[in-house]
Amino acid sequence: MALWGMVIDLDRCTGCQACVMACKAENNVPAVGADEAKRGRVISWMQVLTETDEHHQGKMRFIPRPCLQCDDPPCTKVCPVYATYRNPEGTVAQIYARCIGCRFCMAACPYNAKYFNWYSYQKEAPGQNPDVSVREKGVVEKCTFCHHRLQNVRERALAEKREFNPSDYVPACAEACPTKAIVFGDLNDPASEVAQLAHSPRAFKLHEELGTKPKVIYLTEGEGGG
Amino acid sequence: MAEMHDPHEEVLLAPIERTGRGFYFAVACLSALILWGAIAYSVQFTQGLGVTGLHQPVGWGFYVTNFVFFIGISHAGTLISAILRLSKAEWRRPITRMAEVITCMVIFIGAGQILVDLGRPDRMMNVLRYGRYQSPLLWDATSISAYLTASLTYLYLPMIPDIAILRDRLAKRKLLYNVLALGWTGTEFQQKVLNRAIAVMAVLVIPIAVSVHSVVSFVFSMTLQPSWHSTIFGPYFVVGAIFSGIAGLIVTMIIFRRAYKLHYYLKPIHFRYLGQLLLIMALLWFYFTFAEYLTGYYGAEPEEMKIFWSKFTGPFWPFFWAMVLCNFVVPLVCLARLKAHTIGKVLIASLAIIVGMWLERFIIVVPTLSFPRLPFPEGVYWPTWVEWGETAGSFGLFALFYLLFTKFFPIISIWEIREGRESSVKEVEERIISYLPGDAEEKA
Repeated sequence: MALWGMVIDLDRCTGCQACVMACKAENNVPAVGADEAKRGRVISWMQVLTETDEHHQGKMRFIPRPCLQCDDPPCTKVCPVYATYRNPEGTVAQIYARCIGCRFCMAACPYNAKYFNWYSYQKEAPGQNPDVSVREKGVVEKCTFCHHRLQNVRERALAEKREFNPSDYVPACAEACPTKAIVFGDLNDPASEVAQLAHSPRAFKLHEELGTKPKVIYLTEGEGGG
Repeated sequence: MAEMHDPHEEVLLAPIERTGRGFYFAVACLSALILWGAIAYSVQFTQGLGVTGLHQPVGWGFYVTNFVFFIGISHAGTLISAILRLSKAEWRRPITRMAEVITCMVIFIGAGQILVDLGRPDRMMNVLRYGRYQSPLLWDATSISAYLTASLTYLYLPMIPDIAILRDRLAKRKLLYNVLALGWTGTEFQQKVLNRAIAVMAVLVIPIAVSVHSVVSFVFSMTLQPSWHSTIFGPYFVVGAIFSGIAGLIVTMIIFRRAYKLHYYLKPIHFRYLGQLLLIMALLWFYFTFAEYLTGYYGAEPEEMKIFWSKFTGPFWPFFWAMVLCNFVVPLVCLARLKAHTIGKVLIASLAIIVGMWLERFIIVVPTLSFPRLPFPEGVYWPTWVEWGETAGSFGLFALFYLLFTKFFPIISIWEIREGRESSVKEVEERIISYLPGDAEEKA
């Protein structure tokens, strides 16, 4: 079975935030408005975090952070109602219709990758993606590796009576990245680009010491410091 | 049981027989608080949790703090009363009922905090339908409901003889007292069964009480978060719970001693003993706090240190040091010598501890969430009027429940006081003689 993963090359990331915008458009992630944003209510499944480089004065480091889709997720462990779980293909899913909004998963996630609907944010508006589940007020939402795209690709393969081709499945952020910094694919397939990059000497995982086994793997900047 | 008409017993029945202006005034004040809370919650219910000060990354704030705090206060009752009963502390007699009522009332308020905190309270039943026992929240639900059941039973059993007294003496609420008295007439057999049942419940309730605050702490310690992921959290929380529970009990006792003129029953000696217990708990609390923070500091993991310094010198310093002042310095100064002005000193210490233990819960919940590991925007949490209202309403509701209880049932156990007069003096004398050197009479 496939194990979906992502490699993000920090050397290539320019911090342009195309991935962030693509994600928001693809997943109907609501814009909360300036006032709410100031109060810390921004929802951004993909978020570009900035860090000053300790080794190179004055240099910024951009870290695009989707849900890291841990193989041993601290968030699913604590959910009281099975509203969040790791599905067989390794993606950490969230059942919005079941979530009771206790925010335990948010407290447990070491990467702050889960977001809460403080108000009824999602509105009926033109241009909404009909493939994405609706999130009501009071539930937790998160990056799903654009899971609906996987379903679409599978259904199309089925309709066309052909084998499903894993390279057809690409999340919106990877598709939008202008520098090809985000590579997506099946980590279980040793021939895939993502599996090979994951074993690059530059590869590292965010807070690997926590034992969460993220399936989003980063490549550090090269010798020049990016 | 011989019907001894102690004229002082009238004091215990007076609040049930008559209602003064003070009662209505208190109810009005508490209702105002409850109304504030109700308005706050209805606004939150219709609009969403956005009306609170919660945000990303601080997703837990006042409600979770209140939850831990109120469940902590609930350890006053049943646990203290059970320990005093089992250790045959004779001075317990006028105290146990008051303590047990606190437990029963406050568990409702504490459990209610989680409901208020939920984003989707309408889906609360999912916890039963899809409950996942791997989640510490399910452990909480189990442990707290077991504690509530045991505490209600443990409150009710020793009330049966008193309800029978009410049934025989009062002209009103005949049906209620008749049903609840379960046909108690005080025969030797009934007394034997009752004493046995109370003893069984007293033993049963202690491990349940310990489990309650342990699993409350597990909500935090089972995560990987800095300053939460700690092995001493279970016992640390239990100690804190008993500590705040005794303080809550003392304040309640002093209020009702004044309001219902119970000076004849609640003497300075009771407060001195409770004060000494409180002092021991203050020292124990300090020991746990010291051990917890020293371990974190010495290991000096960067993530741990971020939280550590935020409490010691960072944005949370006023809360942290106020906590140390309230939970350790003030109690130590007040309780070290209790010969004179006992009640005043014990009251000051208890009030300080109630504030201090609330701050302790706050200082555990919020700072850890405020400083994420990744370079994520850091948030400063400050509650809005909604959280203040909910908190005020919760206190009001607890006080109102308690007050209403005292209008239906005697707040000091009448029969246990009688029993103390009639048989315990002799029993204690015999017990002490049995401790003294002499020929041991071992029963086979």
